[in-house]
Amino acid sequence: MSKQGSGIKRRDFVKTAAVTAMAGALPVSLVELAFGKQQDNISFAYISDSHIQHIRGTEFVRNWDRGLIRAVAETNLLAPKPDFVMFGGDLAQLGTKPELDHGAEIMSALKGKVRYVMGEHDYYLDLGKYWSKLFGPQYYSFDLKGVHFVVLNSIRTFDDWTYNRWPTAEQRMSEMAGLDNPNGSPFMVGDEQRVWLKSDLARVGKQTPVVVFSHSPLQKIYKGWNFWTEDAEQVQALLQPFDQVTVVYGHVHQIQYNQIGNIRFHSVMATAWPWPYPQSYAQAASHLPKLTVPMNRADPFFERDATGWQFINVATGNVDLNYTLYNNRSRRVAFNAVTGQPEDTVYQSPDSRIAPQTHY
Amino acid sequence: MNTTRKMPAVVALFAVLLMSGGPLRADEFSEKDLQRWQQQFQDTVQTGRALWTSGTDLGTNGVACAQCHPNAANTHPETYPKFQKQIGRVVRLWETINWCIRNPLEGKALAADDPKMVALEAYVTWERRGVALDPGKH
Repeated sequence: MSKQGSGIKRRDFVKTAAVTAMAGALPVSLVELAFGKQQDNISFAYISDSHIQHIRGTEFVRNWDRGLIRAVAETNLLAPKPDFVMFGGDLAQLGTKPELDHGAEIMSALKGKVRYVMGEHDYYLDLGKYWSKLFGPQYYSFDLKGVHFVVLNSIRTFDDWTYNRWPTAEQRMSEMAGLDNPNGSPFMVGDEQRVWLKSDLARVGKQTPVVVFSHSPLQKIYKGWNFWTEDAEQVQALLQPFDQVTVVYGHVHQIQYNQIGNIRFHSVMATAWPWPYPQSYAQAASHLPKLTVPMNRADPFFERDATGWQFINVATGNVDLNYTLYNNRSRRVAFNAVTGQPEDTVYQSPDSRIAPQTHY
Repeated sequence: MNTTRKMPAVVALFAVLLMSGGPLRADEFSEKDLQRWQQQFQDTVQTGRALWTSGTDLGTNGVACAQCHPNAANTHPETYPKFQKQIGRVVRLWETINWCIRNPLEGKALAADDPKMVALEAYVTWERRGVALDPGKH
């Protein structure tokens, strides 16, 4: 494959006529990414929050299945191939073996290396035991082309809630599964992982770009729906000394982005269903980052609307997110070197926003 | 008119007034009445909340309303009746709720006056309390 950047033609990135036909239906953002020297770029696809939900026997909720199947199929069309695929957590709805197995089976169609983040819907039935058997450790780090990547299990909570509060594991799972359930408990990274993170980062140079993957936001947006990490400030303090830090999180089923000090925050979409922005709940105050230009209000009559997946490009240590939205124009949130913050490449200016981005 | 014949009725009326705790007329109500009416409403809201978060009471596939609409957010009860472009006419909130019951929940639509539908509307509207009516708004 040519590495000449602008000399690359679109046809070089698709392998067969059939794939070309499908790629024609995909947002252009998927092919734009091939520009630049491939050996310097890191690119990865990000699929998250599929919430595979078991009904009975071999039946699963069709709607959620289709979301994950579509994201997997489209990710496989990416060319050049991404360096890896991340799954951002909440593969399952209630953490059962049938759900995790069924989700893993759909995910097995992905080509290339796949890494996983733990979500609360995967965790609170058996505290991650079966998930770990399928996907490996719950927190870890790896290095690729000069970038240090960290994966955290950010959806743990107070031990008393986890171990002493509920008569059964099923009830514990069900209580945490309800987003707006007042019996839930705030997410946190916890002492054990923060000690690990500190020692993991101690061997990383401050100029090395750091990318952290978590399920919950690692910032505080709205506690009522756990768009929240209780020890976010303590985690942020460990990350602030680095020149370029990006946190990519799932859980919120919507586009969010923010910058706190040196740390840039980006959320990813769900493949299952979208969530309202917290400001549309009239009874509580939320702290949606001012930087965020919301995604369009979802049209529920198109069941994949406001769901999707992401292609993420890490060039020069900055992370650019390309949101593949099925019934809307795709969005791109990229680091703006002039303003020094992540911005939507089309809608950031208040003048360029459109009516569907108003949530109430 | 014979006053002796009226006496039993007057006595009965006094007895009723004494039993109800005060000389109330039909257009008067007490604090106790208000509390009882509010309680009736709140019980219905609670029934609605239970239905909203249930994977088994409305649909057939385990999906609950609350999965997509935490705290009934993004339901906008204050905007109904309104033109629902996907249905092609002006609808009321219960018709949109039924659309959700039939589609994402794969269940059977409820009658407009089904106690379950009344409870769902009570819950959705309660979560939106304080927001000004804005019928027709998209």
